[in-house]
Amino acid sequence: MAHHSIVADELYIFRPETRTKLFYLLGVGIVLFVVGLIMAIYGGDGHHAEEHAAVKSEQLVANATANAVDQEEAHAAEGHAEEGGHHGPALWVKRLYTTLWMNNTFFVGLGIIGLFFIAIQYAAQAGWSAGILRVPMAMATWIPIAGILMLILYFVTGHTIFHWTHADLYDADSPAFDPIINGKGTYFYWLGSKGGFPTFFILRMVVFFGGWYWFFITIRRRMLAEDNEITNQYWYANRVTSTWFLIFFAVSSSIAAWDWVMSIDTHWFSTMFGWYVFASWWVTGLAMITLIVAYLKDAGYLKIVDSNHLHDLGKFVFAFSIFWTYIWFGQFLLIYYANIPEETVYFIERMRTSPYSWIFYLNLILNFVLPFLLLMTRDAKRQLSTLKLVTPIVIVGHWFDFFNMVTPAVMQEQGGVGFLEIGTLLIFLSVYLLVVLTSLAKYPLIQKNHPMLQESLHHHI
Amino acid sequence: MDVNKNFLVGVFNDEDVLLTAVSKIRASGVKIHEVYSPFPVHGLDDALGYKRSRLPIAAFLFGMTGTSLALLMQIWMLGYDWPMIIGGKNYASLPPFIPVTFELTVLLAALGMVGTFMIVSDMKPYGWPRQFDVRSTDDKHVMAIDVDVNSAKSRDEITRILRDAGASEVNTKTFE
Repeated sequence: MAHHSIVADELYIFRPETRTKLFYLLGVGIVLFVVGLIMAIYGGDGHHAEEHAAVKSEQLVANATANAVDQEEAHAAEGHAEEGGHHGPALWVKRLYTTLWMNNTFFVGLGIIGLFFIAIQYAAQAGWSAGILRVPMAMATWIPIAGILMLILYFVTGHTIFHWTHADLYDADSPAFDPIINGKGTYFYWLGSKGGFPTFFILRMVVFFGGWYWFFITIRRRMLAEDNEITNQYWYANRVTSTWFLIFFAVSSSIAAWDWVMSIDTHWFSTMFGWYVFASWWVTGLAMITLIVAYLKDAGYLKIVDSNHLHDLGKFVFAFSIFWTYIWFGQFLLIYYANIPEETVYFIERMRTSPYSWIFYLNLILNFVLPFLLLMTRDAKRQLSTLKLVTPIVIVGHWFDFFNMVTPAVMQEQGGVGFLEIGTLLIFLSVYLLVVLTSLAKYPLIQKNHPMLQESLHHHI
Repeated sequence: MDVNKNFLVGVFNDEDVLLTAVSKIRASGVKIHEVYSPFPVHGLDDALGYKRSRLPIAAFLFGMTGTSLALLMQIWMLGYDWPMIIGGKNYASLPPFIPVTFELTVLLAALGMVGTFMIVSDMKPYGWPRQFDVRSTDDKHVMAIDVDVNSAKSRDEITRILRDAGASEVNTKTFE
């Protein structure tokens, strides 16, 4: 069949200069990481500080609860680390493990959202985005890496991060026995005995990452096959697969949020939490797609993309920043108003505890106030300069969001953002970008036979 | 000069023809009064050379009015006029005020936009907008050209330009 594409082939070239810059970033990250680690090892009076932290958090919970019964419960809940004879690892180990787990969970979103974005475009039969689909496709190559990292990190760091992994919580004869966590035990340990190997938890992790990866390679195989022949069949097939993926992701993203983030605060729960983590991942992913598109546009690629496409991406970042705020506030207001101690403890740990309270408010400024005001006008969404300003703010803002979701529960008052945390972020970011840009350079930058490319060329808003 | 009374009305069947016609007619020096279409035609505003609407600015101002009014109302009511303890919170505490503030912001922005749009579009309750050709609400695109504004050209000349640009018919319309 004679074959004329409506756009010229484009191939992204991952230039050595760009790669060198990313390696510099990686180097800076490693230096900060090592300096931060040394400071954490020799800097703090770890053991004493830990006891201090346990006492402090008891007091915090006690203050939050008005009556003696609650106080006793809180004591039972917070005190069993000592009573059960657990000697937690040194403070620097906890800090290291926390930041590794937190960064990996944050970057899982930057991978999976690539696939989620593609699936939405196919399922909604969207035309405008046909020219930029290769960017989220490259982002999704992070999924298997994040999955393997998470599995390894669980076995290395899990016992430190997840309170529910302590076996004596489930032993009715132990003084550390915790009826609340015992009630949740099946959710982690189903198929095995409580306190043993968390079969159900690990099974979910494997099934989610395995499922996401399977959907990714299936959809990508068709996207790439379409480059070689003009036919609509791959588009139709991907539409169906995308729909199934969206159903799978709707369930798996929520459960993943409970497993990997919410279960760190084992006693606490929020029915909004699945949405909350998803909203954070989603807007971060959208910001990353926009940032990479803006970077490619600056470098002279993606001729098919004009200010109309940028406008749509900008609207996505703008709208879902507001969506995230809506979820954030929905969770906050209900807990604030109901004023039930077992729920408010979450916000007391984050709003009223010194290392985190500034991040709590910074979170709202970076993720709501700034994107809302800076992207409000039409012109702002249509210009590369404003998009390149706002999207890094959103990405960093949601890193802080994840920091405040994970760290207070593990570190209590001993957490903080220092060289170690920033270094870990830079290491993850540079490796992530190296992987994504390498993958981007591997395949044509434009999906030239996408049936809606013509529509995308004429996109006008 | 008797402006806004005497018009020539070009009728177009197809929006693509209309779009090129608008450019051609403007290039030939004829000033277009307005174009009416039964559905939005992408690129028509640009072809007609319209400036961006300032409606978003009005919306923002109405929205800010809603935000301020909502906050003032609630702080005054629950903080000063009739203080009540709800859920052990301060009289005037911000979080419970946010939903009402949000709703009033949206309400005032939306109503303000609709009102502003109706006024600038000449859709007042005490008046009736001019209709150049009733078929513009059905299946025809209608272009109105003010004869007196284009007095440099004769009616025949304008009619010929409209025809050449693809108008299926050209009618005259006079308002009293």
